[in-house]
Amino acid sequence: MNTNNHNHNVLVELKGIGKFYGRGQRQIRAVENVNFKIHDGEFVALLGPSGCGKSTLLRMITGLMPPSAGEVLYRGEPLRGVNEHATIVFQSFALFPWLTVQANVEVALQARGVASDERRARALKLIDLVGLDGFESAYPRELSGGMRQKVGFARALAVEPELLCLDEPFSALDVLSAESLRGELMELWTSRALPTRAILLVSHNIEEAVMMADRIIVMDKDPGRVVTEIQVALPQPRHRKDLHFLAMVDRVYASVAGETPREPTALMGTAPDEPGKTEMLPHAPINAIAGLVEYLAEEGKRADLYFVGEKLGTELDEFLPAVEATELLGMATLQGGDIELTPLGETFAATTILARKEIFAQRIRSLPIFQWIVDELQHAPEHRLPQEFFLKVLESDFTSEEAERQLDIAINWGRYAEVFEFDDDRDELYLPANGLTLVGVGDTISSRK
Amino acid sequence: MRRRIFTPSVIPGPVFNAADALIIAGVVALLAFGIFLALDAPRNVSGPDIQLTPFYLPWYATYSLTRMLAAYLLSLSFTLVIAYAAARNPAAEKIILPILDILQSVPILSFLPVVVLSLTAILPQAVALELGAVVLIFTSQVWNMTFSFYQALKTTPTDLGEASSIFRLNPWMRFRTMELPFGGIPLVWNSMMSWAGGWFFLMAAETFTVGERDFRLAGLGSYLQAAADGADVRAILWGLAALVGTIIVLDQFVWRPLLAWADRFKVEMVEADEPPTSWFYDVWQRSRLATWWSMRVRRPFSEWLDARIARRFQAQNVNVMTSARVSRVVRIILLLLLAGILLWGAYSAFVLLARVSLDEWGAIALGAGASFLRVLVALTIALAWTLPVGVAIGMNPRLARVLQPIVQVTAAIPATALFPIIVLLFIQFTGGLNVAAILLMLLGTQWYLLFNIIAGAAAIPRDLVYTTQTLGLRGWRRWHTMILPALFPYLITGMITAAGGSWNATIVAEYVTFGGKTYFATGLGAEIARATATGNYPVLLAATLTMIAIVVAFNRFFWRRLYRVAEERYRMD
Repeated sequence: MNTNNHNHNVLVELKGIGKFYGRGQRQIRAVENVNFKIHDGEFVALLGPSGCGKSTLLRMITGLMPPSAGEVLYRGEPLRGVNEHATIVFQSFALFPWLTVQANVEVALQARGVASDERRARALKLIDLVGLDGFESAYPRELSGGMRQKVGFARALAVEPELLCLDEPFSALDVLSAESLRGELMELWTSRALPTRAILLVSHNIEEAVMMADRIIVMDKDPGRVVTEIQVALPQPRHRKDLHFLAMVDRVYASVAGETPREPTALMGTAPDEPGKTEMLPHAPINAIAGLVEYLAEEGKRADLYFVGEKLGTELDEFLPAVEATELLGMATLQGGDIELTPLGETFAATTILARKEIFAQRIRSLPIFQWIVDELQHAPEHRLPQEFFLKVLESDFTSEEAERQLDIAINWGRYAEVFEFDDDRDELYLPANGLTLVGVGDTISSRK
Repeated sequence: MRRRIFTPSVIPGPVFNAADALIIAGVVALLAFGIFLALDAPRNVSGPDIQLTPFYLPWYATYSLTRMLAAYLLSLSFTLVIAYAAARNPAAEKIILPILDILQSVPILSFLPVVVLSLTAILPQAVALELGAVVLIFTSQVWNMTFSFYQALKTTPTDLGEASSIFRLNPWMRFRTMELPFGGIPLVWNSMMSWAGGWFFLMAAETFTVGERDFRLAGLGSYLQAAADGADVRAILWGLAALVGTIIVLDQFVWRPLLAWADRFKVEMVEADEPPTSWFYDVWQRSRLATWWSMRVRRPFSEWLDARIARRFQAQNVNVMTSARVSRVVRIILLLLLAGILLWGAYSAFVLLARVSLDEWGAIALGAGASFLRVLVALTIALAWTLPVGVAIGMNPRLARVLQPIVQVTAAIPATALFPIIVLLFIQFTGGLNVAAILLMLLGTQWYLLFNIIAGAAAIPRDLVYTTQTLGLRGWRRWHTMILPALFPYLITGMITAAGGSWNATIVAEYVTFGGKTYFATGLGAEIARATATGNYPVLLAATLTMIAIVVAFNRFFWRRLYRVAEERYRMD
């Protein structure tokens, strides 16, 4: 595609878009001050880790959700209500299970008042276009995932949208179906067989974004914001083994993963009940962290993030949190798209299970959130507190869903490290009876008072 | 898809709160109001003459069916409107949910005397009794239907909702293509269950007699009663055949086809291993008539309807603002009215209750104790036989296939229809009703338990069964480690419904007029029935309230807790 967009018409413009939940002290900023444009003829990818608000942004662009701040302009006009020139292809397909393939496509047309005969003809044409002819009367449950998403595409294209929004449309599919569907979409798009003027793809798959988009908008979380924009000036069709392609993937990886700051405490933030910003724990279970460290040790300490991602699952959502966790725990550092084990990380990889637990315990005791949990348990009668207590405090920093996830991760890590225990029957956190002698406890109290 | 039969709806939150108190006050007010009306109820009410020749049976069956149908249509309309309002309007939700929650646990049959008495006081007798029966069936059917549909509406997947918005479906199309289908399966299941429960109350209403007041209605229930009264074995058999026949016909020609049809509305994207089937539905599907119906009637009609409604929605967008302002005024007036009624009701209830003597309270308390024991014994007996039998059926697919339909039909026969026959047999042996009442209650309750246990046993994952086999777990240890924990949620669900059913049954089981003689047991149900017969309205109110209080308290403080434990700890899926 032509990458020189300055002369093209602007289709969508975001001006200072923000989405906030709650008020005052407890306000959570899901998306903050986002500005960008989508031009006529452009394929834009929104890329970022989960929780960076890219799906929220897509819902604001389509008008499903009003922004809390700023405005969305469509062809220069402020958007009110659902954008009638836009459609969405959903990650979960969002097909009506009780309607046939054809009826699913027709519903979109019927809602726009298209008469019965024309509706039928247009639906059949679209079903044909996506290669589903012969399946018109099938129900979605009879189809494979890839075929279901084709119905999703047919339905979205049936209303001839100017702006086609793709909300991680390939991430629920198996690798092969996703690959072939991507290819087919690109063929339709680059051959200009579609009436669509622009495509916006939300993704957390770097390769996918580099494969398809003319421009990648990289986002980060806490708060959700745009970090950088990268033009992908590679000709279509693109090839995975192409050196320019690989270089571009590397570049995007580097900007998504960021670099480890000199001062590691900058990553930690403050405890949930203290003023200042509480940093999120990355959504990485112990197994993922240990797996990553072991893999890096086998690979000889240092590796290209992209290749590690390939090995351990290309989806950023599974892989990036583990990377972040190793970084947070001081077991690895990031630099220029590479990840490298620290001496601590190497020790961790080489040692016994018990010693691992000890290393892990020592590291997490230095994290404010764990200091806070242990401290509260120390002062509680019988060193026991209900889960609810911690959730309440965490909810002042996070949405209630995120608070729950944060506590889940904290419990997952804390249990493994035997820093505290969790009673599933009573939903309580407690300190083990013999655990009070551990060094870390004294440290936490003195460091806080 | 396997689902528990009669899933009680448990709202998260505190066990008891101000809203509950308010609703109970409302129920008290309603009862007091009914009793005030009932003061003018005629002393003598004569029932219909029941003809025992089988020739009349089709007519009686038609009468009974018409009452059921009227009540069901009422329930369905109520469900669609109220559940939709609760799901889409947060203000309405706050009022409707607690009301549904209390009302679904109130023993409906305890209302029968008050409803029938008050209606006969203000309406011509024939109309009053018909209306009383319909209202009674309605109140027994509607709550679980409304709840299930509300829950379906609340849990419609977000992505489907977003798809509806982005493709700009108007509210009608949204309802038709998304919300109604999504609630379809729960609605059909609950309709079926409600219908089965409705028979129980219809029979009770058709055969309701206390003292000089004969509130009976011509129908299958009164036919069976008259047959038993005259010890006419032939007529009893004819009546039973008509009743069972009606139930089987409905099952085969209405509910089974509906279930098979509704299977298309399931959201799961995988094919079920055993989708519900219906031979009648298959035949219909293959018939020309079906094609004609769908091409010539259904499709053009829905096209026409969609287009018409779409036009209305386009025109309507303008005057939304004014209606909002009007509704606020209406709301305030309604609230004031409601407060007034509540106050008045509470006051008059207080006045009535003040007239109940200490002795009478004593009798009520004794009765409550006796009924409680009876409920307990009935539940224990039911559990004792349904647990082994249910597990045996549920864990053996071959056995299940053979026995399931038989059990279903047997269970669908309303226990209230059998009461006269049981009484005929029992009175001679035991002399009194004290023991026979337990049997009557048992008849009404055991099936809920059996169904749930079968469903629970069938849902035990195969790999768990194999694991216990390879581990060599047998006898008690097998029950202890696998069967009982796996059954626990199903057991609790079954027990909640069974206990509610037992309390309901006390009204008809503890006080029976038979062969011109009146038999009664010591019990709360008997107190209510006797108070109705003698026109002792203060005691009627006191006893009815006591029963409601006991059942609601048990639900809240006992069953609800167990249910939560079951849901949290013993869920398999």
